[in-house]
Amino acid sequence: MTDILTEEQIERYSRQIILPEIGGAGQKKLLRAKVLMIGAGGLGSPCVLYLASAGIGHLGIVDSDRVELNNLQRQIMHSTKTIGVMKAESAKERINQINPDVKVYAYNTRLTSENIMGIIKDYDFIVDGSDNFPTRYLVNDACVMANKSFSHGGIFRFDGQAFTIVPGEGPCYRCLFSEPPPPGLVPSCQEAGILGAVAGVVGVIQANEVLKFVLGIGELLVGRLLIFNAKDSTFRIVKIPKDENCPVCSKAPRITKLIDYEEFCGIRAKQK
Amino acid sequence: MDIDYNQTLDLTGVACPINFVKTKLKLEGMPKDEVLEVILDDGEPIMNVPKSVKEDGHKVLAIKPFGDRFKLYVKKQ
Repeated sequence: MTDILTEEQIERYSRQIILPEIGGAGQKKLLRAKVLMIGAGGLGSPCVLYLASAGIGHLGIVDSDRVELNNLQRQIMHSTKTIGVMKAESAKERINQINPDVKVYAYNTRLTSENIMGIIKDYDFIVDGSDNFPTRYLVNDACVMANKSFSHGGIFRFDGQAFTIVPGEGPCYRCLFSEPPPPGLVPSCQEAGILGAVAGVVGVIQANEVLKFVLGIGELLVGRLLIFNAKDSTFRIVKIPKDENCPVCSKAPRITKLIDYEEFCGIRAKQK
Repeated sequence: MDIDYNQTLDLTGVACPINFVKTKLKLEGMPKDEVLEVILDDGEPIMNVPKSVKEDGHKVLAIKPFGDRFKLYVKKQ
């Protein structure tokens, strides 16, 4: 199916096929790629829109929430029409409208230590666009254990960060922050507020990391934490070494089983 | 003098940049050192396609007038 590009595909992807680093061979790599997006929110929206448009052939979307009116300020793949719809389904609908080449797999579920391994195993690359620490640490540990590369993205008020983890090659998220902060100490996104454009910048950087990974071009954000400040319009790179005593990715890891951390803010618990 | 070529691609009426994209994709599928003949319209196509093909690292052997169009000969590198 992806052996020969159709006339429509040549036209659709012409502006990137032109790039010497991509060409027909690169486009076929993209069409064969399997990418999992965790969270169809502020980061997932711009990320998925670019991945679908670029022709990533298989896109999995995980989200357990429904679209709410207050999401639409930053979660640009959803719309007023899909309020109340499961986010993964709303995302699927939007992607199908953009690009029929993309096969979308919607997971209307919350990731846990029980289900994460079964979900990530089918994918080449994982994008973490989750909004909470339990999922973030679960994704890191699962990806390290399953030897899956992934992109971490985080946003907070006017700040954002992105970091790419290639197990065995560079540091993991726990090399950076070995344990989650205690519950209640760090305000969640819902409490802190966020500028939509900040989510856009970071989500698009994550999409760019996916494309580079699949194409095998450029330098990934491995061992380099990219920090964006929206007020100053500045980017900074902080070099992150591998932690020899990392609880999960060192030679003698303390953590060998997945952990379901407690939810940090009460908002989600209260909603249920 | 005629130039020997292995494959031909008629891009009459095909606008930029799709004409270059098609040339590029055709070359990608050919073995090194084979020659591709490309028929291109006057104007933008004949101005741009040979330049882009060179930028991609291929060798332009000749450009010959062909009625109101042109024939471009490219050696795959």
